[in-house]
Amino acid sequence: MEVTAQGVPYEAFKDNEYIESLVKELQENGTNVVVGSLDKLINWGRSNSLWPLTFATSCCGIEFVSLGAARYDMARFGWEVARSSPRQADFIMVAGTIVHRMAPVLRRLYDQMAEPKYVIATGACAVSGGPFRNSYHVVQGVDQIIPVDVYLPGCPPRPEAMIYAIMQLSRKVKVERFFGGVNRQQKQQEFLREHPVEGVNDKAQFNSETVAEAEKQA
Amino acid sequence: MATLQEKIAKICPAATVAEVDGAPMITVDEAHWHDLAKALRDDEDLSMDYLVTIVGYDHVDTMGCVYYLMSTRHNTNLGVTVAATGDRTQPMLHSVTDLWNIAGLYEREVFDFFGIIFINNPDMRRLFLSIDWKGYPLRKDYDASPNINPVPVDNERQSDFTQSWVEGPDGKVEEKQLEVFGPDDFVVNIGPQHPATHGVLRFRTAVDGETIKKIDVYMGYIHRGIEKLCETQGYPQTLHYLDRMDYFSALNYHHGLCILYERAAGIEISRRAQVIRVMMDELSRIASHCLFMGTFCMDLGATSMLFYTLRVREQILDILERTCGARMTFNYDCVGGVMQDLDANFQHDVKELLKVLPANIKEYNKVFVGNVIAKNRMEGVGVLSREDAISYGVTGPNGRASGWACDIRKWRPYSIYPELQFDEITRTEGDSMARFKVRLAEIEQSARILEQLVDNIPEGEYLVKVPKVLKLPVGQWFQLVEGCRGVFGMHLESDGGTKPARLKFATPSLPAAGVVDHLTRGEKIADLITIGGSMDYIVPDMDR
Repeated sequence: MEVTAQGVPYEAFKDNEYIESLVKELQENGTNVVVGSLDKLINWGRSNSLWPLTFATSCCGIEFVSLGAARYDMARFGWEVARSSPRQADFIMVAGTIVHRMAPVLRRLYDQMAEPKYVIATGACAVSGGPFRNSYHVVQGVDQIIPVDVYLPGCPPRPEAMIYAIMQLSRKVKVERFFGGVNRQQKQQEFLREHPVEGVNDKAQFNSETVAEAEKQA
Repeated sequence: MATLQEKIAKICPAATVAEVDGAPMITVDEAHWHDLAKALRDDEDLSMDYLVTIVGYDHVDTMGCVYYLMSTRHNTNLGVTVAATGDRTQPMLHSVTDLWNIAGLYEREVFDFFGIIFINNPDMRRLFLSIDWKGYPLRKDYDASPNINPVPVDNERQSDFTQSWVEGPDGKVEEKQLEVFGPDDFVVNIGPQHPATHGVLRFRTAVDGETIKKIDVYMGYIHRGIEKLCETQGYPQTLHYLDRMDYFSALNYHHGLCILYERAAGIEISRRAQVIRVMMDELSRIASHCLFMGTFCMDLGATSMLFYTLRVREQILDILERTCGARMTFNYDCVGGVMQDLDANFQHDVKELLKVLPANIKEYNKVFVGNVIAKNRMEGVGVLSREDAISYGVTGPNGRASGWACDIRKWRPYSIYPELQFDEITRTEGDSMARFKVRLAEIEQSARILEQLVDNIPEGEYLVKVPKVLKLPVGQWFQLVEGCRGVFGMHLESDGGTKPARLKFATPSLPAAGVVDHLTRGEKIADLITIGGSMDYIVPDMDR
């Protein structure tokens, strides 16, 4: 299956083996005709209107501004609706270095985004720590904090490279299974258990054992 | 020099004066420091009213600070070295917050990096690192092991309190806990993820209705420890970090550090390289001011302005790219000259740019400056007086909008700037509109410089031969250059090796953010965006 995005020819993409293996893996058990067709339709819509979160910490963010301006014009591809609220965004371009103080903030922004959500690690710093890898205050790649879908090297990557990265993401979105796949609703209970907040006993609300335990402690 | 020596001897007999890097360097013991500082500021003949920066140092056996002072009236400068009292567990110095407003912030930075406590500073919190950070990173014996300070997974611990070490009338120093915000303060959190803070800066804003009572500027969300990293790199390698501090002034900052290294190593560069460097500086100044206007107007709701100004910026980036090979982070200036020769079409491209600039500036004026909405939102908002600008160390276009002629290109000329014809733009209003207009007018002046140079690029080599591994003699140097946002200072201490023993960068963005609290008190919260935007600070530049 030739997966393309935004009218770019299939041969122009550089890592077609990966997307083919992904498609193969997803289709291993066959697809229901109705659900599969619906998936295709919804994914066609989703992949053509990916909304980024306005998120930038340093230099790469300026190239992202250039991407939004007239010359590189990401509006051509339906990505121009940059949202300032994580709750309205589809993907986050981690543009810039992430340091210790920023790490929990980035994690929280990611948690606040609605499923399905994606991450592009933009620039050398977000990929691996880049030129600041040996610093005492720099996270060595955002994949230590949040899962990354596309790695985009460069310091900073050119706007053309950013376009390519978002196209790759768009291809990934196209082949995913939407129903029973990426649109799963995370259960609140499960979510709170995985994300404990200091000083708040979330578990107590759901689990009778822990309620008893908490009462005993009190 | 001799008169200064006599003068200092009269004010403070305990102080000694030596000459370091062509400027007087006073050494004084801690007990006399505050009195000397007061005399240096208040004395009619000295009148050191501008504190450029405070550089902390750790010589293992002693710790202390170097204070760089300048006089705006007499155009003189000097340094003061003060060693801290006490052992390494609690070194102490007297604060000079009462003399220079910006000192409070600089002292917090030194405290964060070296753990030096400043007595009588009312706010001795860490500046860039979290409350629970273990150790002081710029000390020579700092253990950078990730096990001691792991990447945090939980939200950072917050506190409404700060500590302060206060000296009583009997000279005894006591630690006290003070409030940043009281229990009755209504605090609104703005940032770090906010589209109008221009990066990851955070304001904790206490408001009374819509009126701002106090702002606590919370930094460090992009602190990468560049100064510490520089100590592990060879001299030419340290240059590339400057591209990533203020990425708009990348070429200007590079230029400054190259001058510093060349001065220390005694390298003469060719005139061709000097002309190329100055032209690149001015091109990036135009590009930087263009982006400022675009993003600032976008903050105020005029989105279309961004597209107009980025049109010029993209044209400049094309010129730079053809010669330097990158759109940003050029790494073009290097010790001994520039990395590579100019592109064959460079002169033609610059002339094309100079042709379209006047029409563009006219358009910006027409679209925005005369606009009645823009006038209402910017005129009289965030007024900074000249005295406050100097005391807070707010330089660059912001300082010049308040009437302080602080352009280093005129004040302390370097490279070929003394030969060039250009005006220093100053205004007297000191409000947001003035800051905007100064930048617009500076684009014209930069274009004037380019016009003078574009047909006069001399032939010659662009890079003189320098040793691959640069070794600098033992010593101390200080250099100032004009970045796009103001005075950029560099302090270099060399122990004779191939790596800097201490390299400190004094950036213009830190004071620009530090003054926001002073500017916004009593203003409406909606004006915070206007004022912050007009200061044009770059967060990676202040955090480093």
